[in-house]
Amino acid sequence: MTFVDPATYLQLLALVQNSIIAAAVLGIVGGLIGVFVMQRDMAFAVHGISELSFAGAAAALLLGVNVVAGSIVGSLLAAALIGVLGAKARDRNSIIGVLMPFGLGLGILFLALYPGRSGNKFGLLTGQIISVDLPQLGLLIAISIVVLVALFIVWRPLTFDSLDPEVASARGVPSRALSIVFMTLLGLTVAVSVQIIGALLVLALLVTPAAAALRVSSSPVLVPVLSMIFGFVSAVGGILLAIGGSLPISPYITTISFAIYLVCRLIGSRAKVAR
Amino acid sequence: MTPSEALPVPAPVLSIRGGALGFGARALWSGLDLEVNPGEFIAVLGGNGTGKTSLLRAMLGEQKLDSGVVLVDGHPAHRGHRRIGYIPQQKIVAPGTPLRGRDLVMLGVNGQRFGPPITTRDDRAAVDALLTAVGAETFADRPLGSLSGGEQQRLRVAQALADDPNLLLCDEPLMSLDLQHQRAVSELIDRRRQQHGTAVVFVTHDINPVLSMVDRVLYLAQGRFTIGTPDEVLRDDVLSRLYGTPVEVFRSRGRVIVVGAPEAEHHHEVIA
Repeated sequence: MTFVDPATYLQLLALVQNSIIAAAVLGIVGGLIGVFVMQRDMAFAVHGISELSFAGAAAALLLGVNVVAGSIVGSLLAAALIGVLGAKARDRNSIIGVLMPFGLGLGILFLALYPGRSGNKFGLLTGQIISVDLPQLGLLIAISIVVLVALFIVWRPLTFDSLDPEVASARGVPSRALSIVFMTLLGLTVAVSVQIIGALLVLALLVTPAAAALRVSSSPVLVPVLSMIFGFVSAVGGILLAIGGSLPISPYITTISFAIYLVCRLIGSRAKVAR
Repeated sequence: MTPSEALPVPAPVLSIRGGALGFGARALWSGLDLEVNPGEFIAVLGGNGTGKTSLLRAMLGEQKLDSGVVLVDGHPAHRGHRRIGYIPQQKIVAPGTPLRGRDLVMLGVNGQRFGPPITTRDDRAAVDALLTAVGAETFADRPLGSLSGGEQQRLRVAQALADDPNLLLCDEPLMSLDLQHQRAVSELIDRRRQQHGTAVVFVTHDINPVLSMVDRVLYLAQGRFTIGTPDEVLRDDVLSRLYGTPVEVFRSRGRVIVVGAPEAEHHHEVIA
């Protein structure tokens, strides 16, 4: 592994600045939605959605249409299927278990049929942010901001519904509509993540930061804030490290995110002993 | 109401007229008439599958009756009624829940509100007052998942009182609590009733923790029901007629034990 000299690093930095912005926004949104992924126990669903998102993106690549759009279609389809068929937690896991290999297989089929450069092929599975062109980056950033705003608007009712659906519903929270909204937001976030970090590694930005934050706090304010910071540091830190060397970005992101989790676990268990 | 009465009779908080509900061919109950007045404590008793919870859900506007009407404050029951407080049974809090005790109560104050999740000074003051009212200040800042069942239920009472309800609907709120906490939580509910005239409908499989507080009992069994004071209902002849089989009621040291009911204890449920 070789690192470039500082002058070249700065030049590279300027070249990838839009990728960094996209990663930063995704890190923040992923950290935030991850708080609800944990509360609603949907980590496995995130993985399931990302495989169908991958299939959608691969299909788009093959057909020569917008890859981000393909990714979103796959994501939303998976989110809707899981939302409709897997309302109960027990059903949900088996539905996801069935959907996931099917999506992954479909995606691999589309890639095998795709005659273009092979560099693009692996990108969807393991991350390719640097090769995303400018208009698509803009689309990713716009989607992330939409999710961010929507999450803020539904924050309280969604928290209520995640904790206690019966009481929330009795108090007038539209439980069913909220769950559709949440699955849609989750689908969009996953579609963006697939473009940046790759379908196989989505959990590193959508679950790990929130899981880490929950280790050190149970405050409804501190947990989302920490989770957003962790997601941001992982995503942006990963790119900053990667452009200096010759390795791909994703392993940096997953390693930083995992390291943060480990540190939080350690702090969390210390705090418990101290109590 | 007759003109000769000197005092005006208060309007019922809750009234059910001709209520009927069944699932498929099995009728849970029909021809149910019930009026609950301010400050009244009604216990709904019956075995599993007798439609106790469905009745409560009808009062919450979440369950449509096959026939009849449910009126709350004189208007048809609907979801999200501001003057109804709902206390569910204790349950396990998912480990990934970033909420502390006071946040559970906060959800009662503003949890149904959409918009930026900003907590106002008024919201915070309301939560502090509710925490004091149920004596939960000492554990209010601990993670929800780390609280005992009794502590959790105190907070749920506070949550249900957030909008100053005139009707409290309780669905087995004492379930899986030890005796001491059963007493503490039921006394909180009773105190609210006495101080604010809040009507209470209390669904339970065991009347004993609340026996001294109950004004009337609605006893559901075998697709039938009977309503009356505990002394009128908890009797050999009345319950034997209701169950259609000989049932004995024992009273000892202020406790009531029903023996021989086909579905009362240990899920000996008889469903045709």
